[in-house]
Amino acid sequence: MILDSKIPDGPLGEKWSKHKFDLKLVNPANKRKYTVIVVGTGLAGASAAASLAELGYNVKAFCYQDSARRAHSIAAQGGINAAKNYRNDGDSVYRLFYDTIKGGDYRAREANVHRLAEVSNNIIDQCVAQGVPFAREYGGLLDNRSFGGAQVSRTFYARGQTGQQLLLGAYSALNRQIHEGKVKMYNRHEMLDLVTVDGKAQGIVTRNLLTGEIETFAGHSVLLCTGGYGNVFYLSTNAMGCNTTAIWRSYKKGALFANPCYTQIHPTCIPVTGDHQSKLTLMSESLRNDGRVWVPKTKETAEKLQKGEIKAVDIKEEDRDYFLERKYPSFGNLVPRDVASRNAKEAADEGRGVGSTGKAVFLDFAESIQRLGKDAVEAKYGNLFDMYYQITDENPYETPMRIYPAVHYTMGGLWVDYNLMTTVPGLYCLGEANFSDHGANRLGASALMQGLADGYFVVPYTLGDYLAGIGPKPVDESHPAFAQAKKEVEDRINKFLSMKGTKTVDEYHRDLGLIMWEYCGMARNEAGLTKAKGLIAELREDFWKNAIVVGVNDEMNMSLEKAGRVADFLELAELMVDDALDRKESCGGHFREESQTEEGEAKRDDENFAYVSAWEYKGDNVPSELHKEQLIFENVKLTQRSYK
Amino acid sequence: MSGNMNLTLKVWRQKNAADKGGFVTYKADDVSPDMSFLEMLDIVNERLVKKTEDPIHFDHDCREGICGACSLYINGRPHGPKQAITTCQLHMRSFSDGETITIEPWRAEAFPVIKDLAVDRTAFDRIQEAGGFISVNTGGVPDANEIPIPKVVADEAFNSATCIQCGACVAACKNASAALFVSAKISQLALLPQGQTERYRRVQAMVAQMDAEGFGSCTNTGACEVECPKGISLTNINRMRRDYFNAKFFKEEEIH
Amino acid sequence: MSSFTKAFSSTLGKKLIMSLTGLFLCLFLIVHLLGNLQLFKHDDGMAFNVYSHFMTHFPPIKIVSYLLYLSIVFHAVYALIITIRNSKARKVGYAVYKGSANSTWSSRNMGILGTILLIFIVVHMSNFWAEYHWGGLPFIKYETSLNNPEEVKVTKLPYNGNELVYSQYVDTQAGTEVVVAKDLNIIVMDLFKIWWYVVLYVIAMIAMGFHLYHGFQSGFQTLGFDHKKYKPVIDFLGLWVFSIIIPAVFAAMPLYVFFFK
Repeated sequence: MILDSKIPDGPLGEKWSKHKFDLKLVNPANKRKYTVIVVGTGLAGASAAASLAELGYNVKAFCYQDSARRAHSIAAQGGINAAKNYRNDGDSVYRLFYDTIKGGDYRAREANVHRLAEVSNNIIDQCVAQGVPFAREYGGLLDNRSFGGAQVSRTFYARGQTGQQLLLGAYSALNRQIHEGKVKMYNRHEMLDLVTVDGKAQGIVTRNLLTGEIETFAGHSVLLCTGGYGNVFYLSTNAMGCNTTAIWRSYKKGALFANPCYTQIHPTCIPVTGDHQSKLTLMSESLRNDGRVWVPKTKETAEKLQKGEIKAVDIKEEDRDYFLERKYPSFGNLVPRDVASRNAKEAADEGRGVGSTGKAVFLDFAESIQRLGKDAVEAKYGNLFDMYYQITDENPYETPMRIYPAVHYTMGGLWVDYNLMTTVPGLYCLGEANFSDHGANRLGASALMQGLADGYFVVPYTLGDYLAGIGPKPVDESHPAFAQAKKEVEDRINKFLSMKGTKTVDEYHRDLGLIMWEYCGMARNEAGLTKAKGLIAELREDFWKNAIVVGVNDEMNMSLEKAGRVADFLELAELMVDDALDRKESCGGHFREESQTEEGEAKRDDENFAYVSAWEYKGDNVPSELHKEQLIFENVKLTQRSYK
Repeated sequence: MSGNMNLTLKVWRQKNAADKGGFVTYKADDVSPDMSFLEMLDIVNERLVKKTEDPIHFDHDCREGICGACSLYINGRPHGPKQAITTCQLHMRSFSDGETITIEPWRAEAFPVIKDLAVDRTAFDRIQEAGGFISVNTGGVPDANEIPIPKVVADEAFNSATCIQCGACVAACKNASAALFVSAKISQLALLPQGQTERYRRVQAMVAQMDAEGFGSCTNTGACEVECPKGISLTNINRMRRDYFNAKFFKEEEIH
Repeated sequence: MSSFTKAFSSTLGKKLIMSLTGLFLCLFLIVHLLGNLQLFKHDDGMAFNVYSHFMTHFPPIKIVSYLLYLSIVFHAVYALIITIRNSKARKVGYAVYKGSANSTWSSRNMGILGTILLIFIVVHMSNFWAEYHWGGLPFIKYETSLNNPEEVKVTKLPYNGNELVYSQYVDTQAGTEVVVAKDLNIIVMDLFKIWWYVVLYVIAMIAMGFHLYHGFQSGFQTLGFDHKKYKPVIDFLGLWVFSIIIPAVFAAMPLYVFFFK
């Protein structure tokens, strides 16, 4: 298979404009003859569904939540980047492009990232027009703040809930189209398989989570906007329902899976308290703008802290190690996420961690409170401080916060070309579910930008090209492929329901999470990964023998839903490990211990690994085949990231 | 572990919408005060599954107080005894050892029970579909800074926009009124300049849909404001009334 | 007019009717109270009886009084309609309900308080209003010396079919100002000497205090009135004037008569 990324020719800044012109258009009168299936209603899904419906296509939108507005984009706190340069601080489309490429450790396509930077400004305009209440200054114009990894203020925000506000904007656009009858919304429907006819994506199989009904839906094209797979780690900042099933099933139907090992670990999460922990809560990394990260200089002091013999405030200034400021004088506490995370874990591994588990570092606001006043700090971070207080019962105005890294975002996902189409014709993948724009590491406030860029400003153009090509002939739902896919799903469900072992699905999920965190987490090495591969295979085998699934299909069944998702995670995990094994370099969120500088920093190997790994499914128990898409950099000079 | 609690749960179990349902008592032993309320239920559920019994169903997703999915009526109050948080943010340290906790679903005819503690809140979606939007198409909008909005106005609109659509307002209200939710949605757009063109059409359409869904009438008890996890203010309801009466009695533009 | 019918049949519109009628009744209470203050005078009920006549015969006030009766009826009927809808909105109630955690007792019990008030109004109106209009009240004649207003001669005139009418004139020969009026005052005095009537009145006034504690400010909210600066004024009036002072002074009347007259 030859991967054709379909990147247009021409100078970087003109590629998208030229491409838009070259794309075929669907006649306005013909648009209503096409049906587009959109799976997932987060930023990417809701914006795509609404925009496509506005153009005149018939859209069927699906989400597993009870309302489209609950998709997990809602939880993004920090903000959204755009190259508006409202601050006059030297920002530009090119700088946003450059920062994103560099932040992604040169493992993303130049053309995609430049397009992202280009449309970033339209996103802000669009959201404001919809009534998204971004933060404003007294003059009535939009406020900006600077965000991890950037040296300009280009992040637009809505207090600590930018994700919710942007999603509500997209959701309102979606509602308008539902009202107009152009979108038919199917909530509490989970996509369980993709239907392909003659190699083209033409439909999906879903389970109605209320009635258990297995249904097929046909469309001229299928858009997967189903988010990331961070829940493979069991503990992550993802919502409980986030899963890989839609993209994993599509992978098994022929879509290539790209860079599965690229995982982002977010540095500012609330630490784990015990085995009962079901998920982790992230706090916006904007906290690092004013908070200072530290641990005690010595292990002995840290031990006293862990036992509760002394308190953080008892530790004198000279006994504290502000390790990020010490190691990275120019970026200090604002180093990129992966660097901040790894350093925190390192401190904890040295025994200098804090909190009763020792798996945390301090994020201290004492200095900021002194400098800016408590009111100013409260105005900026009040809601985050409240949230922290509710969860931990500790007051961050008085004692430093405890933070620890947690899995947050997966840069990997289905491989897509410049048009966001996967290797299955007619199957598109948008937002976090695809691999496209963040390379090996995503910068803060870029996820929202990408989700909305894909949905509002990319796919409405590129999808037309495909649809114009296949013509408006109705999709034949009586094709045996539909019945076949439905039957496969039903068989699988019956198999789950017959599983009456001894171990709960959650226990398997937790075990899987521990394996992944330990061996395929922040730092990876060949021996660990090889071990993990064996452990995962064992666990998967055991799952199918000993897991318990209770209840029946024809009613709401949490146990059954969970079983399907975990079964897919158990397969995906192995592909992640394979990918991590293949990539012997360190880059972005992927830190291979074998590839580091003398100072212990990540060392990229551009000569051998400047490619996208795209994995092709070859059958169960058969190794997946790796295809490499070489990344060509014509505009930026590859440099080793340095935040010293 | 020391400091762990033993609790008794009285949980509403109902197989499906047609089932009559009733309370079932469960023991929740060895519960850590650091657990969230939902994690406590996870543990009870895991023990049930081990005995091949059907777990207690409830809606939940983000578990960080923003998606609005979780919706438990705990000991007589939506989202439990603490204010300004959702059920998923409630921690077991808010309860004491030996306590009996009664857990019920949201109760309202407009929110029919689906199973156990999960209810159908799509009425809220339908109200927003009726008019909770600004009619702009993707693209072709002015530059974001061409619409200056005074900070106080933007902040007030934001306060309304923080609603997470959980339905605690309906659950708390003795009349099962959705006035707080609907008015928050209306207010956000009514306050912003972008929302002016459809302001009066919107309020009429959304109130009509609210009534059609069978929610009760607001009698200003203020229970919703107290129980709202996001602290949405009653001011929104009054704003909605002003706009509604204004639209019906003084504006020529009508929708019938 | 369909816009109006629609508006008034919506949940907001029905409450608007409650608000308008309720606030109108609040306004009436002030007038009623000021008038009834005449009861505290030591004039054998002259001022009170004159006031009673004025209230029942001055045309503009008569019109207002019909509005008042309508308000009471509409307020009660709409309360019933709204209550029925509200109970339909939650057919299955909660096993454990802690309303006290989030709302005032008054706000949750307006229906009960209102029912007490309605019963009271029926009793009250049949005692006085109906008596006054159709009850065959005795008359009373006050002859006030023009030279010395302190000197008043009071003559009771028993009920005598329809022969007696209200009159007010100056008798130049006797040098007195004469007032002949229905003696409602005596009915009041007699009734308020009965202990259980006094208790009933006091209970009703307590109920009114609680009813208005929520009702007065809620009425303004229902109209959509809300203002950072002025809403506190409404709340203050609602608490001090309508739920404390007015009910207290009304309650003081039967108590005063019972104990001091």
